[in-house]
Amino acid sequence: MNDLDNLLASREMILVAGSGGVGKTTIAAALGIAAASRQKGRVLVLTVDPARRLATALGLDEFGNTPTRIDPAAFSDAGVKVRGEMWVAMLDTKAGWDELITRHAPDAGIRDAVLANPLYENITNRFVHSHEYLAMEQLHDLHARGDFDLVIVDTPPSRNALSILDAPGRMVEFFGSRLLRWLTVPYRSRLFTMASKPFYQVADRVLGSRFLQDIADFFVLFQAMEGGFVRRAREVEALLVDPRTAFVVVTTLETAPSHEARFLARSLVERHMCLGAIVANRVLPEELAGGEAADSAAALLEQASGSLAASIAKQLDVPVKHVRAVLTQIASRFDDVALVAARESDRRSELAAMAPTMVSVPWLEGDIHDLAGLGRLAGYLRNP
Amino acid sequence: MAARYGRRTLVCEMDAKGALANAFDVGPLEFEPTEVAPNLHAMAMNTEDSLREYLRLFVRIPFLGRIGPLASTFDFVADAAPGVKEILGVGKLCWEVRERNYDLVVVDAEASGHIVSQIGAARVIADLVQVGLVRDQTQWMLDILDDPMRTGVAVVTTPEEMPVTETIELLARLRAETGAHAAAVIANRVLPAVFNRREQSIVDRLDDAMALLVDAVGPGACTVLAAARLTESRRSTGATHLDRLRNWIADSDDVVDGLPIITVPELFARASGPRVVSLVADALTDELDPEPIGRSAGGKRHE
Repeated sequence: MNDLDNLLASREMILVAGSGGVGKTTIAAALGIAAASRQKGRVLVLTVDPARRLATALGLDEFGNTPTRIDPAAFSDAGVKVRGEMWVAMLDTKAGWDELITRHAPDAGIRDAVLANPLYENITNRFVHSHEYLAMEQLHDLHARGDFDLVIVDTPPSRNALSILDAPGRMVEFFGSRLLRWLTVPYRSRLFTMASKPFYQVADRVLGSRFLQDIADFFVLFQAMEGGFVRRAREVEALLVDPRTAFVVVTTLETAPSHEARFLARSLVERHMCLGAIVANRVLPEELAGGEAADSAAALLEQASGSLAASIAKQLDVPVKHVRAVLTQIASRFDDVALVAARESDRRSELAAMAPTMVSVPWLEGDIHDLAGLGRLAGYLRNP
Repeated sequence: MAARYGRRTLVCEMDAKGALANAFDVGPLEFEPTEVAPNLHAMAMNTEDSLREYLRLFVRIPFLGRIGPLASTFDFVADAAPGVKEILGVGKLCWEVRERNYDLVVVDAEASGHIVSQIGAARVIADLVQVGLVRDQTQWMLDILDDPMRTGVAVVTTPEEMPVTETIELLARLRAETGAHAAAVIANRVLPAVFNRREQSIVDRLDDAMALLVDAVGPGACTVLAAARLTESRRSTGATHLDRLRNWIADSDDVVDGLPIITVPELFARASGPRVVSLVADALTDELDPEPIGRSAGGKRHE
């Protein structure tokens, strides 16, 4: 029995989180293939894929906001057996925001005014962790539409993994903030308030009243959509703690990513969100840290220049001095790798204690660049 | 390294994660710089303190006692208004450069996606804000940031696919969206080549002699050989990515052309703490072979 396999079968939404550069996007795609190999049904992987590499690996030229199905023929060509359908979509922040505005705007006038506002793009790109919120929002949307049995979200890389968990809450908080209320009171009465409040004098002096007015104009429009936005953000927030949702934290066993993974795992528990599994990616084989290998390495270093090199040279029919050099290098470099493996093994046990399931994926030769590679990875995830 | 060469150096961490404090093995860093080693000062950026200092220096606010609630409200503006938070951080650092409080200001900038907004904040503000003190303040910052003699962006990467791809994107965006100049790419944790081609072919054929090896050194021989192959495979994958970076730099136009790639070897040591900082400084010194004190111009370096 493998718990990750069960997780893929029992949950409806899986959020893949972790620090940047640990192979999160690749693992998310492999989880999708694993789910599609396990059983029938429709699986969607929603990704950010900053390197656009996943598209190539999946045999697609590109894919966008709209879910695209991976051709079943591509799977069979790559020797990957799938029983279900695998779909992919790319998280597009700009398109996502436009869609949100269109949905929540009370009328066409407000919608067009917001979309045409010069600050709109700039602000949606920056404020209250816009990307993270959009990822959550799209997850909610896809789930609510009921087109898929399982939606796997590759969360955007962020400097703080927590921001994705807190994004919906911050959106609600933003709409209730004093700043927004002040910015959106009619200009005339703000002048009156301003005269009495030193803050507004300072803000006015520092930022310039013209700039404040630009922001205010935008938020007056924005506030017309408050009801819809707040309701939606609360729904998205509820989805994060929903029993149908689980998180998979991806990490390597290097210091910084595993530190981040432990922090993330603890934060999930504190927020009553479900940590389904931790996937340790690009892991060194555990036996590298073992005593047997260390003994052999030490013996090899001793014998590298002796008769061993001579007999190997004879068998392979190569000059003995090259064999000596090779054996000496292999033996003397072993300690470095063993040290890293020992440290990884230590971190692995720390992480394993934090999650119901811990899966280690070995460092596969080279980078994964095709469907067959993703299929192999999916195999490791299902049967580690 | 700069501090070892006698230059009064400030290191600033922008993302408040505490990694810098770890690296120097000191308590949490604050906005007010702490001397962590001779000539070496460290600080952590904090928007609220930066705003406080800014108001004191430029607006001459008389009621400092009331700044608490002011700053928290300001935080919302800073969150919502493009570039305000960034400009406070960058502004503080530019101020230290302008006042010549240090010979070198090293900025541990945020992840590559954010750094363009940090460096570009002054320009965004200049475009968006028509009047007001912030706008007046942007020009001198741009003068410092855009001057290759004073500001250089050192882009740090590792020989892996994503970091190299992000480095290429960052170099392109820096050129397109900011006036700042890339000074170098630092490739960290590069594995050295161990075998030459002739030796590699022997390594590839060692399976044929496995019985001899196991007889001589015990059953762990397979694992030892596997370790060597794994390391070599990692090295050659990494080398492919660095080549991609090297080719991209060579193929791009004259702004990035000739950009040096400085390599720091994989240290096989613990990944944080003063020991590693010291080892990396040794490696950089070997690689850069810096001139003696007093020759190079005062500057500022990001990341």
